[in-house]
Amino acid sequence: MANNKPNAGFIARDRAWQPDALTPSYKTTVKRSPQAALISFPSTLSEETSPVFGQDILGPLDNDLILNFAQPGESAIGPRIIVHGRVLDQNARPVSGALLEFWQANAGGRYRHRKEGYLAELDPNFGGCGRTITDEDGSYEFRTILPGPYPWPNGVNDWRPGHIHFSLFGDGFAQRLITQMYFEGDPLIPLCPIVGVLKSQAAVDALTARLDMSRNIPMDARAYRFDMVLRGRRQTYFENRVEGL
Amino acid sequence: MQRVGGLKESPSQTAGPYVHIGCTPNFADISIYGADLGAQMKTGPVQGQEITLKGTVFDGTGAALKDAMVEIWQADAAGLFNSVNEIRGQADPNFTGWGRSPSDMNSGEFAFETVKPGQVPFPDGRLQAPHISVWIVARGLNIGLQTRAYFEDEAEANAADPVLSRIEHQSRVPTLLARRESGGSYRFDVHLQGPLETIFFDV
Repeated sequence: MANNKPNAGFIARDRAWQPDALTPSYKTTVKRSPQAALISFPSTLSEETSPVFGQDILGPLDNDLILNFAQPGESAIGPRIIVHGRVLDQNARPVSGALLEFWQANAGGRYRHRKEGYLAELDPNFGGCGRTITDEDGSYEFRTILPGPYPWPNGVNDWRPGHIHFSLFGDGFAQRLITQMYFEGDPLIPLCPIVGVLKSQAAVDALTARLDMSRNIPMDARAYRFDMVLRGRRQTYFENRVEGL
Repeated sequence: MQRVGGLKESPSQTAGPYVHIGCTPNFADISIYGADLGAQMKTGPVQGQEITLKGTVFDGTGAALKDAMVEIWQADAAGLFNSVNEIRGQADPNFTGWGRSPSDMNSGEFAFETVKPGQVPFPDGRLQAPHISVWIVARGLNIGLQTRAYFEDEAEANAADPVLSRIEHQSRVPTLLARRESGGSYRFDVHLQGPLETIFFDV
């Protein structure tokens, strides 16, 4: 992994930037949000180490949601897209070897899940999950279909903008993160109570992928660029100096 | 003035109710990968005391969360991590240290087959009591919750633990203690709200 000072502690998480636990317009948070203050302490080896995932866990279609659940000779229905980008840490260093897992609804806005009851049809050729591991420069890429928007029980008329969920590992368990990617230009973004937990337009922008025409595959698929940032480690000589200097 | 600081961490968003599709697809009946990651923490005979850690996450009404996902990360029985950042020695090669468990869709219970961890130093060199890092995501959680499971039967080590001893309201410390049950298992229930609200960390 890309940190040259593996035992430096993590930069404190910016709680003024991250969403609060209690956000009443997203109703489920009301009874699930801790009420007491979080207890702070400096990160230890328990937070500065993390599990290792090797390329050997990946199958050849793990990063291809168009094909990885499809019957032979068939493929998922929907607008074909490539999602690509880089995972960096807060010091702008690439996070290599990071496991990314992603999941999404199908083109009609339906998830393949036994608790899901939206009337849009399941696509028999679409499972909705994929995974990959970042390259040396922190880059990743996968192929999928554009997920559809869907209604959800919060307000009587709340709709989620099309989105892809991401789960990320770094090289410290303190970096563990789950987030969602939205698509540039979706008019549902500013209306969504879950997007609404974000505290600033800058935070919404940080989760909004841009159309990247330079990476399109002509006559095949459009591309969206989505970069992500994991927590960084403190960079100071004085924290790690040899005693006696 | 000049601007200081690097990049902003990506903002967190809820894992939602369908986290299983991405993280435990076999649990969601999508079998394209092989076994779900984190389902097995032991890949062969392991050193130390083998235990089961189980529990339930409860909301502010006392209802069990049936759509949570819990991950744990811990040292092996000797206090070493199976990680590229472990420079103190070689951890037990048959123990990954990382587990992932979806809450049962009926009972809400999560469970891990693991080992009791050894002691790991705090940055100042003092030993921390044996503990397991716990990370919880679910629908309705905007950002993953970090806590730790300590062990009720490690009273002496717990009393000297640098994290537990800095908690102002010591009456809340028992919310971090996994309690021994019959058959070598420990129960670590998590309460998101209420008089038994679990201590969560910002670390």
